[in-house]
Amino acid sequence: MDEWLLILGMALVTFGVRYPMLAVIGRLRLPDTALRALRYVPAAVLTAIVVPAVLMPDGMLDLRLENAYLPGAVVAALVAWCTKNLLLTIMVGMGAFLLLRALTG
Amino acid sequence: MGTSFTRRGEFWSGVKDTLPMIVGGIPFGIIFGAVAVTSGLSPAATLGMSLLVFAGSAQFIGAGLFAQGVGSAVIVLTTFVVNLRHALYGASLAPYVRRLSHRWLLPLGFWLTDETYAIVIRRYQQPDESPYKHWYHLGSSVAMYSDWQLSTLVGVVAGQQFKGLADLGLDFAMVVTFIGIVVPLLISRPMLVCAITAGGVAALANGLPHKLGLMAAALAGIAAGLAAERLAGRREPAYEMQAAAEAERKRA
Repeated sequence: MDEWLLILGMALVTFGVRYPMLAVIGRLRLPDTALRALRYVPAAVLTAIVVPAVLMPDGMLDLRLENAYLPGAVVAALVAWCTKNLLLTIMVGMGAFLLLRALTG
Repeated sequence: MGTSFTRRGEFWSGVKDTLPMIVGGIPFGIIFGAVAVTSGLSPAATLGMSLLVFAGSAQFIGAGLFAQGVGSAVIVLTTFVVNLRHALYGASLAPYVRRLSHRWLLPLGFWLTDETYAIVIRRYQQPDESPYKHWYHLGSSVAMYSDWQLSTLVGVVAGQQFKGLADLGLDFAMVVTFIGIVVPLLISRPMLVCAITAGGVAALANGLPHKLGLMAAALAGIAAGLAAERLAGRREPAYEMQAAAEAERKRA
């Protein structure tokens, strides 16, 4: 079964990337620089996911207002900055996004 | 915020806080199920891929390449590259889970995704000393896994009926959650430099294949943050890490 071999291979490499760092790194004594570098992982990775998703939802740079991702994200960022409240950020951001979509059709 | 530090309380907080990701994941799972079956994977193999691989982007790319008749070795190598970012997540979470046995680490490692990482790192960094934060991690993981399996199943069975799903914009739920997590982190100049660099590189490198742009952006952001820290001459200690280590010592 060709496709099952493929799936097994994909499963093995995926697990092989996920598990070792999680399980091993914590048991090592890391140099101070490495520990400080790890502090930047959430901000770096999440921003790297968000920015292209917002600026180029269809793969190309889209700065038009019809691209509801952009104003939706700006509204969400403002709410997050002012309130630091995750749930409120999600609700207001999602609301702004859906409203803009409905308006610009 | 879960104030009751019980195993059950943490577990369900993890599930609850992952809800926006669940909503965002549903269309992806359904579309994956539908696309994979039409690209020539058998329904059983499509479900098997979601069950055993559990990596959305890699599964989409894998099914796409399979449809083009690309060889298994190339697809497996591509999967590896696409998933490299998980190594960063693992390293970032590692200091918080180092007391856990492999009975815990094996499933938590298998279930590591973008979504669960984003939700769970936030919980681990909260200063309270709940001894059950890994139950929160478990709750988020189980929620995402169940979501992916069920939505793949719906896609396989009835995918063609949900053609308009991709246009609903439910994926914005993930974007907006990530924004809500990142923005409050940007209180120091090095953090801000890190985010701006990562975002800029991600936008510029968006054309690179296999999510390599994301990887490059993350590494550039981390390097820029460290450089900014050094320039400012403020070698801030790794607060969270120290706090985590401190808490571990007390517990032990």
